[in-house]
Amino acid sequence: MQIKELADIASQVRRDIVRMVHGCNSGHPGGSLGCTDLLVALYFQQMKINNRRGKGGHLTFKMDGNGEDIFFLSNGHISPLFYSVLARRGYFDPAELATFRKLNSRLQGHPTTHEHLPGIRVASGSLGQGMSVAIGTALAKKLNGDDKLVYVLMGDGEQQEGQVWEAAQFAPHHKVDNLVAIIDFNGQQIDGSTNQVMNNRDLKAKYKAFGWKTMDIKAGNDMEEVVKGLRKAKRLMGKGEPLMILLHTEMGAGVDFMMGSHKWHGVAPNDEQLAAALAQLPETLGDY
Amino acid sequence: MKKYTYTEQKDTRSGFGDGMTELGRTNPKVVTLCADLVGSLKTTTFIKENPNRFFQTGIAEANMMGIAAGLAIGGYIPYPTTFANFGSGRVYDQIRQSIAYSDKNVKIAVSHAGLTLGEDGATHQILEDLAMMRAMPNMTVINPCDYNQTKAATLALADHVGPAYLRFGRPVVPVFTDPDQKFEIGKAWMVNEGKDVSIFATGHLVWEAILAGEILAEKGIDAEIINIHTIKPLDTAAILKSVRKTKCVVSCEEHQANGGLGDAIAQTLATNFLAPQEYIAVKDSFGESGKPSELMKKYGLSSSNIVEAALKVISRKQ
Repeated sequence: MQIKELADIASQVRRDIVRMVHGCNSGHPGGSLGCTDLLVALYFQQMKINNRRGKGGHLTFKMDGNGEDIFFLSNGHISPLFYSVLARRGYFDPAELATFRKLNSRLQGHPTTHEHLPGIRVASGSLGQGMSVAIGTALAKKLNGDDKLVYVLMGDGEQQEGQVWEAAQFAPHHKVDNLVAIIDFNGQQIDGSTNQVMNNRDLKAKYKAFGWKTMDIKAGNDMEEVVKGLRKAKRLMGKGEPLMILLHTEMGAGVDFMMGSHKWHGVAPNDEQLAAALAQLPETLGDY
Repeated sequence: MKKYTYTEQKDTRSGFGDGMTELGRTNPKVVTLCADLVGSLKTTTFIKENPNRFFQTGIAEANMMGIAAGLAIGGYIPYPTTFANFGSGRVYDQIRQSIAYSDKNVKIAVSHAGLTLGEDGATHQILEDLAMMRAMPNMTVINPCDYNQTKAATLALADHVGPAYLRFGRPVVPVFTDPDQKFEIGKAWMVNEGKDVSIFATGHLVWEAILAGEILAEKGIDAEIINIHTIKPLDTAAILKSVRKTKCVVSCEEHQANGGLGDAIAQTLATNFLAPQEYIAVKDSFGESGKPSELMKKYGLSSSNIVEAALKVISRKQ
């Protein structure tokens, strides 16, 4: 798939995100918009996933993901992005995005397997847990002789959770070299900038000291750069060490007034703001 | 009173370890993890025979629970192991989100539960874990009573689909159950049929209840003793059937009175059939250092306490 096509999908996903959070007047648009390019690049190009279609023409989803690359979302609050990408990729009907955060929906505020939404393998939302789960699945792949990769996305604020560092210590020790941990490095968290709330210092140096390979994707909202970075990442795998990617993103990317601050971490746009946001995001695949 | 004898005393954790050895040989999907307590959990043989199916996490229980969830996603049946204190309260949120809510086929197997951990004292003597795990939706909670039952439960859990918490202990205790028993999750075991009082016991307290039953028999009291090895799902049918007959209850557990087996039974009775109940349990207190038998006595968990409670609850019958 060409960069232009991926960028078009990203535009539609961003439309979905702002419409979803507007539709229920809650949710987290900031981080969702910031990581849109990454998830689109992963799901529509970089990850090998089972393309078989089943009931209703949707992708068939297998929990164990044998023979597939697997993605885990640890910072579960950017669920609007996850849901939109899963729907647009074909796991379920995009019309279901309208049920986000509403009663009796499979699209819970934070992702869950509890409602059996295809594409989701573990609940997330309580931060710090995703990398441990990803390691477990990466180990299962090794036991199964499956050479596919496991990706996990975490927030940079999430790096303040202790469990992250338990996992960070385990992965190199056990040579989990089929694990790609991506940190959404947007420098923002709920109470302010990460530097101000709890300075993470040099994350790359920390991971390096723990035994990881590290790399940057400096322009995490430039599709071409994201794709290039993910390609490079693949070449680094399978050599005895896990890989950490520091993905430099802008919270709220794609909607000018949502960018550059933590204020849109967990706030929904009103009607006027929604219209202003949509005006900046071409409708490419048709709104749900 | 049915006669129970034993020829040897063994720790329940060895029942777990030997169960794992057997699973290692019979079920290629079973894997185990440990947070730096392999010797205590008795999984040495499993690890020796299946080194690729063991994952040492170091002293990092939160990560261990998450990795177990991930291994379950990949189709394996993980048994993460540690002390009960570090496999419940310390990692409650990891169990809740990554395992129970996510419906992962993880068998949390924990040793050194309760006061009988002994000399290490209150920091390690978890007495709230049954309450925590019982409160968690989608969690099966099992507390077997001797070596044979623990081994049988360990084997049964590999065939059971869903999250589970298997709790056992450190000290050697009489081995009195059938070595070839079939462990049925959620099915109470009738230890002794009686008509005057229902004694429901779990874990190490089952043997104490048997000793109490013998003393009560000498006093002309015919106690019904039932082993509730599965705290959740609770065998409410067996409990109600017994209490409808005896009209009074003594619940026995090496755990806080708050939220454990006794409360589970009380909830069943309150909503179905009212009957007086006495608790043999720790009464809103932490433990302390000491020998297991000394602690059981000091905290009121020995057979003589069960006898007293039985006499008291019989006198409360209307």
